[in-house]
Amino acid sequence: MIRESLAGKRLFITGTTGFLGTNLLERLLRSVPECEVVLLVRAGKRSSVEQRVKREIFKNDAFDRLRAKLGAEGFAEMIERRVTSVAGDVGRDGLGLDEAGRAVLASCDIIIHSAATVSFDSPLDSAVEVNLLGPTRIALTCQDLGITPHLVAVSTCYVAGNRRGAAPEQLVDESPFFIDVPWRGEVEGARRARRDADADSRTPEKLKEFRERARRELGAAGTPLLADKTEQWRTRWVADRMVEAGRARAASLGWPDAYAYTKALGERALVENRGNVPVSIVRPSIIESALAEPVPGWIRGFRMAEPVIISYARGLLKEFPGIPEGIVDVIPVDLVSAAIIAVAAKGPEEKPEVVQVASGSQNPLRYRRLVDLISAWFQLHPLYDTKGQPIMVPTWSFPGRGSVQTQLQRAKSGLERVESVLSALPLRGAQAQWGASIEAKREEAERALGYVELYGAYAECEAVYGLDRLIAMWDAHSAEDQRDFCFDPRVIDWDYFVEEIHLPSVVKAARVRTTPGGKVGASRSTRLREQVLAPERQLAAFDLENTLIASNVVSSYAFIATRRMPRDERIRFVASLLAEGPSLLSLDRKDRSDFLRMFYRRYDGAPIDQIAEDSAEMFSRLILAKSFPAAIRRVRAHKAAGHRTVLITGALDFVVKPLEPLFDDIIATEMNTSGGTYNGELANVPPTGESRAQVLMDYAELHGLDLAETVAYADSTSDLPMLEAVGFPVAVNPEMRLAALARKRGWLVEQFSKSPGSARTLVPIGPRRGRNGGLSNPLVPGGTA
Amino acid sequence: MLFASPLTSVMKRNAIVPRPGFVLDVDRSTPPILFHHGEGFRLERLPAGRSRVIYPSEPIEALKNPDAAIRDALINPIGDSEPLTALLKPGMKLTIAFDDISLPLPPMKRPDIRQRVIEAVLDLAAAAGVDDVMLIAALALHRRMTESELRHAVGDRVYDAFAPDGRLINHDAEDPDNLLYIGSTEKGEEVEINKRAADSDLIIYVNINLVSMDGGWKSTATGLASYRSLRHHHNVRTMQHSKSFMDQHKSELHSANWRMGKVLRDSGIKVFQIETTMNNNVFGTEGPMSVLQKREWEWSLKDRVTMAGMKTALDLMPSRTKRSIFQGWQAPHAMTSVQAGEVEAVHKLTTENVYKQHLVQVEGQTDILTMGLPYISPYNVNSILNPILVACLGLGYFFNLYRGKPPVREGGVVIMSHPTPWEFHPVHHPSYIDFFEQVLSVTTDPLRIEAEFEKSFAEDEWYRHLYRTSHAYHGVHPFYMWYWCSHALQHVGEVIIVGGDVRAVRRLGFKPASTLQDALEMASDVVGRDATITHLHNPPILMADVS
Repeated sequence: MIRESLAGKRLFITGTTGFLGTNLLERLLRSVPECEVVLLVRAGKRSSVEQRVKREIFKNDAFDRLRAKLGAEGFAEMIERRVTSVAGDVGRDGLGLDEAGRAVLASCDIIIHSAATVSFDSPLDSAVEVNLLGPTRIALTCQDLGITPHLVAVSTCYVAGNRRGAAPEQLVDESPFFIDVPWRGEVEGARRARRDADADSRTPEKLKEFRERARRELGAAGTPLLADKTEQWRTRWVADRMVEAGRARAASLGWPDAYAYTKALGERALVENRGNVPVSIVRPSIIESALAEPVPGWIRGFRMAEPVIISYARGLLKEFPGIPEGIVDVIPVDLVSAAIIAVAAKGPEEKPEVVQVASGSQNPLRYRRLVDLISAWFQLHPLYDTKGQPIMVPTWSFPGRGSVQTQLQRAKSGLERVESVLSALPLRGAQAQWGASIEAKREEAERALGYVELYGAYAECEAVYGLDRLIAMWDAHSAEDQRDFCFDPRVIDWDYFVEEIHLPSVVKAARVRTTPGGKVGASRSTRLREQVLAPERQLAAFDLENTLIASNVVSSYAFIATRRMPRDERIRFVASLLAEGPSLLSLDRKDRSDFLRMFYRRYDGAPIDQIAEDSAEMFSRLILAKSFPAAIRRVRAHKAAGHRTVLITGALDFVVKPLEPLFDDIIATEMNTSGGTYNGELANVPPTGESRAQVLMDYAELHGLDLAETVAYADSTSDLPMLEAVGFPVAVNPEMRLAALARKRGWLVEQFSKSPGSARTLVPIGPRRGRNGGLSNPLVPGGTA
Repeated sequence: MLFASPLTSVMKRNAIVPRPGFVLDVDRSTPPILFHHGEGFRLERLPAGRSRVIYPSEPIEALKNPDAAIRDALINPIGDSEPLTALLKPGMKLTIAFDDISLPLPPMKRPDIRQRVIEAVLDLAAAAGVDDVMLIAALALHRRMTESELRHAVGDRVYDAFAPDGRLINHDAEDPDNLLYIGSTEKGEEVEINKRAADSDLIIYVNINLVSMDGGWKSTATGLASYRSLRHHHNVRTMQHSKSFMDQHKSELHSANWRMGKVLRDSGIKVFQIETTMNNNVFGTEGPMSVLQKREWEWSLKDRVTMAGMKTALDLMPSRTKRSIFQGWQAPHAMTSVQAGEVEAVHKLTTENVYKQHLVQVEGQTDILTMGLPYISPYNVNSILNPILVACLGLGYFFNLYRGKPPVREGGVVIMSHPTPWEFHPVHHPSYIDFFEQVLSVTTDPLRIEAEFEKSFAEDEWYRHLYRTSHAYHGVHPFYMWYWCSHALQHVGEVIIVGGDVRAVRRLGFKPASTLQDALEMASDVVGRDATITHLHNPPILMADVS
């Protein structure tokens, strides 16, 4: 009797924040009421162990059933009485336990080790530290403490490797196909690979590459942000290389991925280092949602088949490799928990015992059947796209992995080319949104490729896992245990499980659109818009160019410069300015503030009085004529909501002076003067890039305003530092890079446009002051209405 | 016979004696009728047997020597007034106010009437040794005129003499330093006008009386007033009680202005009123536009080809280009009379002269009133006729061009033709954009709009800034445009716009129809199958004298 044999026992469990661990813990607390449990939990970066346990374990809906049974108070009391948590980490020697933790461990009768990095694409070294060395560390710690609890280590069926045919319940080295690599050498190799990758990432060539990549992504966002991005790229590159190293090493030794490879060597190391600690090994296959306990369909996380299923349902995975008649070895999580509890209750054997929990050999689910079930289900219950239209699921023809990969690779590189062409174009607004959607498509293709690379091996695996020991254990069970702790894979009705239990649960967990029709309730943009205009906000900061008006410093310069030029000189001026266009554009892309400094030198010698007079005229003819009425309305809406409003612009102060009544304050570039003329040199650093963020921070501090309650409107990645500094960033008519970033980060994107019907000028020149000073009619070319 | 019409037989064109306006009963032989349609035209067949078309009078004869007529009027004033020569004295403070860009429509070919009158006045002033002269564009809450517009109105000679040292200015109804509170009327209406004008020994007001609404005390009491003063008669109640505001004897708008005029006069402010009238010659007698001034059954082959060519070309052009072409049109209309002296006496005679050109006898009302709206209204010269101005042009101006009763019965249907694009001039009409987005999207009821929204727009600092420093209409101006429609909105059962931007038309609270046939079909839901129809063949301008 399982309940009786575990009564009064203390169980030390690792990995309870995970999918299997949570289910196991819930089962123990509910079905074995007389046992106590100790949880080994890593302290989070910002949270203590107690907080993590509360938030990440007991808040989970797995405990709803038990909480309902005991009542909130009864549940709390039960946790208080039966659960102890200790801080520690299986990735560290001695499990990172302090003295108190060691004492608690010493008092335990059974250890269930369920902690692992289950992610199939984890970097080689971290998989090695946790999966390979973790079980050994537990055994060594027990020896160190002089205790001999029953250690139940959770592993995986896939330690058997890529092979066809029977894979019985035996230790890895007992298999005739096992390649006996010394595990210590593998640990050393993994650690060295990390050091090498890190060293390689710091070569000047690589660093240059990362810097260029950061610039491509962010544009002229200023040094601090670019440096930050560059470092992100470097760490990501190292991590990618470690993932690649893991996959390559695993494949070279015949395992589908680094997870199975490190788990296999972990078993081997554990057996070698177990000393006098009695060991049992439980090997589940692919764990999926619960069949019945605590509720049918219970699932936690979203990492195994789920993303593949959802990608398929969303029409993204047009093909997936696999052998149609092959077996997909899936096992519901509650069956695994029950098997682990049964092994723990039964107690250890003399020799390390292996129990596999799988379905393939007793109740096989064929790949084609699974795909048919999923396809039929989604035809009945389609997902819906953003326009509320049902998505048709593709039909898979089960090609080989290679051809699917080639196909996806081709799609991906095609999209990459389109993307790079688009990003070189000065796109804004709707076109930029389109560019950003290309990026999203490319990412989808990348993800699909990733799934194929990762999971393809599982769909193609033809090993059949023996379940002799599991079935023997089942047969030896009393009727009561069979009722309370079901782990017999033969009870699963696959059609029912897939259609009624697993798919509904996956769809629910994925939070995808499952209802047709247009938008229900307020759209995301509407909600965000309400947020930025909420009365709690304190400050709204605006950029000028392409945020409030469709104009730029070049236009305003050209307007002022040509105001008093004779006709033929104007033509020459326009021609030369147009010829300079490309070089100005490229300088602007590199560094906005250098560009402004360089460009503003042209004002050298401009008479102040005349500029003031012409700027007033320019206000009507250029600034207002090219303004975005909706943007101006937004500034006013912020004012009406009681927010302070500030314009921060690289434009010159005299250009934006007429906008003063619109804002509470204007921060603009100022130019030095000497003797009644401007001298073309700037009096302050132009507020662009990081200095714009700095200006905003200083401004907020000066007025005692909270940046977290600040809204910032800008159009380009050179404004990223400002956008990132505030609580409510808004991308206005974003260029492509910013559109992509805004989309990823969920920022509000506004498309403000010029008033329809407003005058259009191809060349930005001011209307000429004629001989008699007459100004031409803005609507009639050359006319004088 | 359904309608009595003064002229039933087809007449041969006779250029010597202008033919009066008349009402044509549409029968099977009536050719398609011209509908103005923004910067374009439609030719529409009206249902025979139940439709009539009101045609304007042909252009009446212009003054042979306008300059001489002006000089004559100045020294032979009407009513209780001394000749201008006697009123001008050395050392006096003189202000000459003149009508702004909203008059005349379309802008006239140079020289503008204002230039002729002002030059004559300035000659007399110079001769009398008057040094302190200020010229003010009496624009009330309209946009400031640009330099080129001012030059066009007063002429280069006057502009160059006065503008450089600030003696030719646009009136600023929001300049706290240059407004003077005069007093209030017996009904509590505050009178506040331009301080320079009020402080002057004499105000000479130079009018162009394009329609019968213009002139009289409305010139000074409205043109030179502040928002504080204007709001007493520019409101829904006044407009609903002006039936119509083109008929000063039945117009509450005019009663209020006349009460204010009394306050001005009683306070000692002296106004020497100069009013001028114009003929209907807006499209000329030659050139492609002249076809618009002819009656359809008299179109020659050349006229027909011209119309077909214009229609085709305009259909192909982008709206921007069309707009430039039409806005560039300067009309050859000419002065038909000038009278000067005491305000009320002058205005009485002016009105008679306006009526000579505009009044057309019409018998009884019909169920439906159709009109083709042209490209121009008083508020979009060199600009864009945005949807609010479309509504105002149709339901404000055209609808009110009647004396007696409206040509459409109460509960009838108005069908207007205009593309009604969702377009706005960002410099001239910024508050219109917001009015369209923020006010009309909530309600189109003038009373509710007045109560809930007017104050915030009228007192808005940004709009005030744009009105004073740029070339924007005052923040409250779109409200006035909407109030101008309120008499029509109260009177008719439904408004349909043919060929308009569907979204914009709906925002206005009207119904969009793609063709006139559809519109008539829709109207039948309100007024029945055999509804009678009046088509207002305007422009050139006419005023229906409905008995």
